[in-house]
Amino acid sequence: MRLDLILRITTKLILPFIIVFALYVHFHADFGPGGGFQAGVIIAGMFILYAIIFGNFAARQVVPQPVAEAMVPLGVIIFATAGLPALMFNENYLNYNVLASHPEHGQHLGLIWIEAGVIITVAGSMLSIFYALVERGR
Amino acid sequence: MELYINMVLLTLLAAVTVAIIRQRNLFGVVVLAGAYSFLMASVMLVLDAVDVAMTEASVGAGVSTVFFLATLHLTRSMELKPAPRFLVPAGFSILLVVILIYGTFDLPAFGLATAPVHVHVAPHYISQSIPETTVPNVVTSVLGSYRGFDTLGETTVVFTAALGVLLLLRRRRRSSDQSSEKDATE
Repeated sequence: MRLDLILRITTKLILPFIIVFALYVHFHADFGPGGGFQAGVIIAGMFILYAIIFGNFAARQVVPQPVAEAMVPLGVIIFATAGLPALMFNENYLNYNVLASHPEHGQHLGLIWIEAGVIITVAGSMLSIFYALVERGR
Repeated sequence: MELYINMVLLTLLAAVTVAIIRQRNLFGVVVLAGAYSFLMASVMLVLDAVDVAMTEASVGAGVSTVFFLATLHLTRSMELKPAPRFLVPAGFSILLVVILIYGTFDLPAFGLATAPVHVHVAPHYISQSIPETTVPNVVTSVLGSYRGFDTLGETTVVFTAALGVLLLLRRRRRSSDQSSEKDATE
């Protein structure tokens, strides 16, 4: 699709809005619908759209395949570390009350923390599966 | 109003399902499956399950359609002719449907407030989510605050599933690349 001007320009215009929407879905998850899983899929969808329109090579320069594959375990590690501060303060694992001076702030911080982990795992999985499928097709 | 929207959506769902069954071209099936997911997301939206609707729209209609299309690129895009002997599969399907419908007789009525699922921990989540966690979206507080360990398990499941798919899809790299190239050309 090298010469498809309308698709390329429209994609360029729409990409920042997609990523802002994904971040909104992530950071606003405690107030509105959505969460890490949905935000991760939206982010992966944005990169897949970029790869479809601008080519696999361009997408691999933005997010190289090893980076996408390293994101898969990294998210699980980030999620798992969210519970460690609670253990240090003699609380239950994944109790976010200890993360901030106020328990309520700790809850919101903890949710954003674990959902960042979910985002990274989900986006990494979707993107690396897409890369693997495309690589297989050549 | 909601009833009519539901009726229209479910009728369209049935129509899309029939079209998927009759369609032999898998490219058309993938596109119709995307439409099916989008209709399903609308049904979820009418049922006030916004989180599920969002997941269905982004995963079902978005990413999985791309994955299916990428898979079609690797395989043939025409469905094989069905086997001439269809009595056994058809009988098995009908038996399964009968068993499933029989199973629904024991389910509580749709939307019943005293259904077991609504009297166990759900009232605690709904009434205590704001006092205990100050998180207005109960879905998020249940997923993250009350059942964070479950969600950690789910994230691990995503990790494991991605690992399995990647192990199947990625080409094996041998220590000597030349021998593998030789294998490919032979």
